[in-house]
This record gives sequence, structure tokens and C-alpha cells, in this order.
Amino acid sequence: MAMEDVTGRPRPPMRSRISPVDWARRNLFSSVGNTALTLFCLWLLWLAVPPFLDFTIFSAVWTGATREVCLGPDKGACWPLVWANLGQFIYGRYPEDEIWRVNVVFALGFAAIVPALIPSAPAKRFNLIFLLVIYPLIALVLLAGDRPGLRPVPTSEWGGLLVTLVVALTGIVVSLPLGIVLALGRRSSMPAIRTVCIVFIEFWRGVPLITVLFMASVMLPLFLPEGMSPDNLLRCLVGVALFSSAYMAEVVRGGLQAIPAGQYEAARATGLTYWQAMGLVVLPQALRHVIPGIVNTFIGLFKDTTLVLIVGIFDLLGQVRAQLSDPSWTVPQGALTAYIFAALVYWVFCFGMSQYSNFMERRLNTSRER
Amino acid sequence: MSMGQGHKDHRARSAAPLGWNNPRVRSFVYQAAVLIAVIVTVWFFAATAQENLERLNISSGFGFLDNTAGFGIIQTLIPYSEQSSYARAFFVGLLNTLIVAVIGIVFATLLGFLIGVLRLSNNWLIAKLAAAYVEVMRNIPLLLHLFFWYFAVLRPLPGPDESLNPLPGILLNNRGLILPAPVFDSGLIAFLAAFVLAIAGGIALIFWARKRQRDTGQLFPAWRVFAALVVILPALTWLVAGAPFHLEFAEKGAFDYTGGMRLLPEFVALVLGLTLYTAAFIGEIVRAGILSVGKGQREAAASLGLKEGTTLRLVIIPQALRLIIPPLTSQILNLTKNSSLAVAIAYPDLVAVFAGTVLNQTGQAIEVIAITMAVYLTLSLLTSLAMNWYNARIALKER
Amino acid sequence: MKNPLVALIVGILIGVGGLYFFLPYDPLSLIGGDTRGVVASGDGEARASAGETLRRVRDRGFLQCGVSQGLPGFSSPDERGNWSGIDADFCRALAAAIFHDPSKVRFRPLSAKDRFTALQSGEIDILSRNTTWTMSRDTQLGFDFVGVTYYDGQSFMVRKNAGIETAKDLAGGTICTEMGTTTELNLADYFRSRGLSYKVLSFEKNDEAIVAYDRGRCDAYTTDASGLYAQRLKLTDPDANKVLDDIISKEPLGPAVRQGDPQWEDIARWTLNALLNAEELGVTSGNLDEMLESDNPRVKRLLGREGAYGEAVGLSPDWAVHAIRAVGNYGEMFERNVGTETPLGIKRGLNALWTEGGVQYAPPVR
Repeated sequence: MAMEDVTGRPRPPMRSRISPVDWARRNLFSSVGNTALTLFCLWLLWLAVPPFLDFTIFSAVWTGATREVCLGPDKGACWPLVWANLGQFIYGRYPEDEIWRVNVVFALGFAAIVPALIPSAPAKRFNLIFLLVIYPLIALVLLAGDRPGLRPVPTSEWGGLLVTLVVALTGIVVSLPLGIVLALGRRSSMPAIRTVCIVFIEFWRGVPLITVLFMASVMLPLFLPEGMSPDNLLRCLVGVALFSSAYMAEVVRGGLQAIPAGQYEAARATGLTYWQAMGLVVLPQALRHVIPGIVNTFIGLFKDTTLVLIVGIFDLLGQVRAQLSDPSWTVPQGALTAYIFAALVYWVFCFGMSQYSNFMERRLNTSRER
Repeated sequence: MSMGQGHKDHRARSAAPLGWNNPRVRSFVYQAAVLIAVIVTVWFFAATAQENLERLNISSGFGFLDNTAGFGIIQTLIPYSEQSSYARAFFVGLLNTLIVAVIGIVFATLLGFLIGVLRLSNNWLIAKLAAAYVEVMRNIPLLLHLFFWYFAVLRPLPGPDESLNPLPGILLNNRGLILPAPVFDSGLIAFLAAFVLAIAGGIALIFWARKRQRDTGQLFPAWRVFAALVVILPALTWLVAGAPFHLEFAEKGAFDYTGGMRLLPEFVALVLGLTLYTAAFIGEIVRAGILSVGKGQREAAASLGLKEGTTLRLVIIPQALRLIIPPLTSQILNLTKNSSLAVAIAYPDLVAVFAGTVLNQTGQAIEVIAITMAVYLTLSLLTSLAMNWYNARIALKER
Repeated sequence: MKNPLVALIVGILIGVGGLYFFLPYDPLSLIGGDTRGVVASGDGEARASAGETLRRVRDRGFLQCGVSQGLPGFSSPDERGNWSGIDADFCRALAAAIFHDPSKVRFRPLSAKDRFTALQSGEIDILSRNTTWTMSRDTQLGFDFVGVTYYDGQSFMVRKNAGIETAKDLAGGTICTEMGTTTELNLADYFRSRGLSYKVLSFEKNDEAIVAYDRGRCDAYTTDASGLYAQRLKLTDPDANKVLDDIISKEPLGPAVRQGDPQWEDIARWTLNALLNAEELGVTSGNLDEMLESDNPRVKRLLGREGAYGEAVGLSPDWAVHAIRAVGNYGEMFERNVGTETPLGIKRGLNALWTEGGVQYAPPVR
């Protein structure tokens, strides 16, 4: 990450002719107060980092087949616990001989997402259509089965990282368009449509996600005619998607507000319809303004997927929690080990997304400034 | 705020004849269609629910609120016993939610401002540490934070028998942090009155000092006087009234201490998790707000001879606040809503007590969930109103 | 600045109003006053939906069975998601009776807190989740309990070195339990009636409660005695803990179905009774084929060789044969899941047949 001064511009890279001593004097010990702060920070680091490294690496148990290897004093993290349950953490209870299907979905998704994220990769349009339309269909068929030659796997057997990714990606794919529509509706000149959108957005933003998931997961059939009962995971997906689309709508609205009305008026003056003016002129500019906000909503959604564990769907965190009560791996440091592992997985995904958004933001900013 | 952009051209063409090409007709038709769709949907769900409830013979109505709850709650801010009604259990849960939210908001805002300012420190180590804090904390799900902190809070603490005793009267064990409880005697009213008076006087003093500074430019150490006033006046009254309260210390029972004031580990873990998580977001908001204040402002302040801290307090932050308040509001709202995750670590908040135990015992899911959602919606509304009011007050007055 | 503020107020007012719309009665009746105990329909004679559930289950092709999120001996999944336990087996027997295939059942793990809503809403067809049969659940919640699969009672688990011998010794202590269960209420009754104080910490899942107990957050963990033996296996050091002899409540655990479909209720009730009668008559999954040739009229009626008992509830005549073949008789089910040969090691006790000193007594098939 580039260092920033108060103006937010990246500083020129440090010249090698500044000696480390000079650099330290300038950046760490410029005054008595600063020196004290630096020493204080070093003390904090000394308190926190060595025990953490000791627990996770130096004193940790790395190999073994049973819980006995992790018992005993002065033993750190019990990594064999993670290795032994890795399959569950990733696939949940997906039938063992069908796991290749999940792997194919993961591999396909990876192969489609990576080029989509690299700005210079070719065939962007096809890539995106594949990612947003064809890929979800392939993934659905492969994961759920229910086609000739594929054994159906009910969603109650899905779990772990698979569920986390399914919930998060569906939420992302659904919430962006829905959020845009809601944001446009909220800025519409038609009072009825505006009111409906405002009520919708404020309702979803005002209630906690766990009550939404509770409604979706156990109460929804009360509101549906008898016998009509969509899949439980699907209902939670819808709940998560609606919830995050309300947040997305507010982010997009911020972007729309930043676009001068003249842009829209000029577009209409050239004979474009409302949707053309919005789609071709206003939205591309507005969305570009709020890329960080959009990605933050995605990150929030990704983290919120953990809440499905409260309604009995075993996502990654749910599987990790479930594992903690497995008698064959009850060790005193088991919980800490498992939590650190889960935290690391979530962190990698979320940090990756935020770094990518920083990268895109900088890229778009430079292209605008040129 | 700008009105919808489509507004003007509708007006401009409103003279067109009635028909599909008339924008007003079209607009009317669209709106009618959306409204009808919404009404039909809501009606459909309501009717189906009613039919299902009848078919399934489930009790309905709010009468259950008067029935005896019959279960215990571990933290009650108002008197509550097993004989109390469900309505009282509801208020116990609501207050537990509110106290966690308010304390969390205060701590998260303070810590967030600190982190935001530290991220911009010219001390390289501090800035990097603050950045690392933000990147670690905000990229880990809150639920995991809570599990982790609950675990981290409980793990190192000893049982009640080996309680830590850092200060006389203060005990720390895995049943919580036990403090002496203040017990008020007569003469309390004088003490409280003195306290209120001191605060009111102090506020008046600050206004007077501001006005004088505006008019004459003379500085008056209003905040210091304020602090002195708030300490000295009640203290005097306290002495005069003859120490109108004493402390009740916890006593060791068979397992645990009884009496005193107690912070539950669940409460501490929840506040800790909410604070540390939300502070990371607030830190980023504060940083962005400060960065938005032009460099010239800082230079101008420096050229006037203001110290760095003073510049930050009097020049940068007041301007940055305008950018900070709106996103800060949504973080505060998020924190309030996120406090509902308390149910995962057994803290008896509204969702745990009311949408959990009460719902389960009465089976009246629709009523209970409707009340719960309405409470959170109301809290959202109130917070938004308060913050909007504050934001309007500090908004840039364009001349 | 005026606009969004007003919009927000209006929005939320309408939102709250909209919520009101969802309420299943006339909101104005609230103003009118007494709505206490209003039951939505005229008593039990709900609009005839008899047979509805069976038809729906058949159309769907599998049974939706609400189970616990993991209680060894009653319903707990292994790593591959295969459920075992008495409650899970009962659902298998029911699926076998309906579909002649015990695998046509999907288990829906539910927390104690969510289970009733899930059954009310139709999310599951049957709740087979160590649920205590109480009057309020049977009447106000809109359920019917079909029998008792396990006679249980609430007790406590404590640390051996804590010097606790009876439940009374727990006065003043902190007790961990699961949210939304009868145990929360029994605790209140027990301690209140003796004028003793206690603190209860209710967790959303019983696994979380046991972990908190294990870490020393509570002095005792309470649930049904059978659950205590099951949960004890999950402790870091099971041998350092013991279950008190005190039983402070009656906990008849059994499957429940929604009210309003007598046929479905009958199917569930008589599947359970068939398993009990099978044990009484000595019919096991092992000797089933020989028993089909038996001359004993009671066996013949049970196994569908005589009479048309299955047809009366919409099933095939040999429904009980399939149920027994799937999970064995009640005794086999008990011994396989919680019996003395299992890690739980529970004796039959109250759950022995009435002929052997217990209270399991099934009405005859006749």
C-alpha cells in the first residue's frame, strides 16, 4: 500500500540515499512525544506479537492423527484438528463421492473470475455474461444435481465454505441490479414509486439480519399457501440478497447524487429515453464514483453470511463451531485454533476484495485525471 | 436535496393530449401498477397467514403479554422475577439491548476517532499499527469476533474461588467483573441537584465563554472550569449532606459472590466485539473526513501558530465532521442492529429474551417478530433523526 | 434537508404500518380491549384438511423431519451427515411406513428456540426432537403430541470437585442451559418453590451451553438426564463431572405434529405404537420374516396379515412391517442408540415395557 500524506496522494517512493537511521529519526523519533509513542507501540507489539506467533507457529502442533498429540502443557495451536476436518470445513456434509462436482464448480468459478478481474484480459463482455448468467446455471445444476446422471444432493447436505460462497456470490449477483433499481426508484419523480422504494429500503436497513433470516428460515411457510415451500437455503439466500440490496441502493443513491442533473438533461435532450439516459450516461459515471462503497457492501455481505449459522445452516463458521463439540477432537486450545483458522479464511477473502477495490479505484481515478 | 431529475421534462410536456404518449398518463399508470402490485402482495401474505393460523389452530393476539413469564434472566436492569409478565421480560430485554448499544456506541466512536487520527500520524509505526488494526478487524465477521472475544474473555479468568482482586472491593472471575454497588441514602436529592446544577452552570459558562471569545477574542479556559465545577460542587454537597451513599461490597457465597454490581462476561465480550469491530469502520470514516479538509487549512492554522493538537481540535475536526456524521450514523445504526448477535453468546438482549425464549414459550411468532422488528425500526428512526438534526446544525452555512 | 427527513419518517411509519398488515387479526380490535386468548379459529374443527399432510408428503417424495442440532442418542449427525438416534430413527420408521423406504426422509436440524415455529409454519412435517409433552404446547401452540418415545426427567451435571450432592446445593450458583426449553421453567419452579436463588445462562444451542460449562462459566449444566449423559461425552474431561441423582421434573419426550390433520396424527401415533407393540410381541427386525407367518392374531394384525388397519390411515396394509424392518422394534431402537452397549449406557428403567416394570404401554392394534 502506498504511503499517504494528509492530501491522500501517494508520496514519492523513498530514495535509497536516505539512510535507515535518518528515516527512523524522521518518522519514529522526531520529538519527545513521538519517541514515547514509538516506544509504547513497540511495547504493545512485544506484548501481542511474540505470544501470538508462539501459539500459532512455534509451539503449535503441526502433524498428528488424533487429539492426543495436542494434549499436554505448553502446546500451541492444534493444527491437525484443522487438517482432519478440512473436508468438512470446505464441503460440509456434501456426499464424499460427489465432491468432484463442488471442485469443478470452484475451478470453473476461479477460471472465470480471475480474467474478469484483470482489466487487460480479453473478451470482457463474454467473460461477464458467462460469469453472471451461464456460470450460476452450471453451478446450480452441478451442485444440486437433479439431472440425468447426477445424483440430487439436497441443500441440507451442503455446508462449509461452499455454502459461504454460494450465499455470498448469489447475494452479490442479485443485490447490485436490485440495488440500482431501488436507488433509481427512490429518486424517481413518481411519488408512489418513490414511497414504495423508501419504505422497502428503510425497512430492510432498520431490522437486524438475524430476524430476517429467522423469518425466512422458519416463519415463511406461514405466509405462503399450503404446500408451497421453497428450499430453506434458497429462502435464506433471498433474505440476504434483499437485505444487502437495500444497503446497495443507498450506496448507489450516493453516486447518483454526485452526478450533476445536467448530465441527465443533456442525455434526454439528445433524444435518449429514461432508461437509455440512465444506463448509458448517468449510471456508468455514478457507479464509478461509488466503487468503494459497492465493494464494501459486498464485503459486508460476505461477512454477514456467517449469520446463517444461527438459523441452522452450516456455513464455514457453522462447521467450525459444530466441530468444537466433536468428542474426538476436544482439546483445550481447539476453539482458539479453529477460530484463528476461520478468521484467516474470512480475512483473506475480505481483504482481497478491499485491496482489489483500492486497485480499481486508483486505476479509474488515474484514467479520469488523464 | 435535488428532486427527481425526470421532474422538469414532465412539467414541460404536460400540455400533451391524454394518451399513452402523455408522460403524466404514463406516470400515473406506472404508479398505479406498482401500488396495486404492492397492495396485492401484502394482502396475499396477510390473508394466507390468517388462513394458515386458523387452519393450524394457533393462538394469536397480544394477550400473551400479560401472562406470567416463568423463566429467569441473568441480567435485569429493572426489577424482574419469574412471576413477572412477558411484557416485563420484553422491557428487560429491550433495556439490555439499549445498554449494550449505548455503551458500544460511545466506546466505538471514541476508539474510532482515535484510530482515524492515529492512522494519519506522522509517526510511521503508529500509522502502520492503526492501519493494521483497521485491516484486521474489519475483515473478520462480527460473529467470529464475538465467539472469539467471549472465548478470550472467559479463558484466562479464574473461577470464583480464585477471583482476582486488583483493587479492594473489585473482583474479577469467570462469572464477571464485580464492583461495589453504590447504595443511596437520604440527602441524595441534594447531591443529584448539585450535580445537575453543576452541569447546567458549566454549559452556560461554555456558551458565555464562546460568545466572549467571538466578541472580544479573549480566551477563557471554560472546559477546565467546567470540569472543576462538576467535581467540586457535588463533592461539597456530598460532604455537607453527610455522605449520602455508601458502597455495598460483594460477599462470598457458596459458589459465587452475591451483592455488588456485576458486569457479565457475556456483556463484556459483546461490548468488546461490537466496539473493536465498529471502531475499525469509524476509524476509516474519520480518516476520510480529515483527509477531505484541504491542506491549506492545516497550513493556515500552523502559520497562526496553533499547535498540532489545537489545529486538529479547532480547525480540522469541525470541518471534517460534516463529512463524518452521515456515515457515522449508519455505523451507529449497524452497531445497534448488530447487538442482536448477542443471542449467539447468551447475553440476554431483546432478540434472545423476547424473540427467543418468549417466542418459543408462547408460540406466537408473528406477533413477537413484529414487535421485535418494530423496536429496531423505531431505534433506527430515532437515531437517524437525532443525527440528522445534529448534521443540519453543523452543516456548512453557505453565505 | 427537509425532504429526506420527512420521507424517512413517513417511510418508517408506513413500514411499521405494513408490518401491522401482516398481523392475523383486525388491529382495531386491540383498541377495543380484551383480545386475550383469542384463538383464531373456532375450536378443533378446523377446516377439514385431513389427509392433507400425507398427500403433501407423498407429492414431495420425502418426509421433512425436525431434529436437534446434535444430541447423541437422540438425533446427531456424523461427519457425513448420517443421522442417528431415537428421534432420527422414529422419522425413518415413519418414512418407511409411508414410502416403504426409510431413506425418504430429510432431517432439518433446529435449535430448541426455533423448533416450534418451524412446525407451526409447516417447515417440517413432524417434530421429533427430544421435545417435552406439556399441556401448553399441546393446546396453545397448535400441536398434538403423538406419544412418548422416551420418559425423561431434568437433572444437573456438576464438577465432581465442587462438593455438590443434591440440586439444593446449587443455590446461588450459575446454571447453563438451552434457550427455549422446559428446563428454563423447571429451574424457576424448583428454586423458587424452595426460596433459593440461582442465575440462569440460556444459550441458543446446547453445544454452546456445554462448552461454556466446560470452561467454568457455570457451576452446573442442566437438561434432561439422558441429554446430560450424551453431552458429558463432549467435555474435555468427562470423568471429572457427574450427573446428580436428583430428578426435578417429568419430561416425557415425544414427537409432535400440527393440529388439524387427524389422519397424519394417527399415522405418527400408530407408527410409534407399532414399534412398541412389536417389542411386546417379540417381533424384531431379525425375525420379521418368520413372524409374518405367525399364527398369533395380534402379530397378524400388527403386520397387516389380518384386518385393514393400514388402509384406515391411508397407508398400505404392511406399513408396520416396513417401519419395523427399517429401525427394529422400540427395544432395538433404544438399545442401539442409547442402551447399555452405547457410550451413553442408559438402562431401560422407566422406558421398559409395562410388562417389564416400565411405563411404555402401547394401545393394541385391533
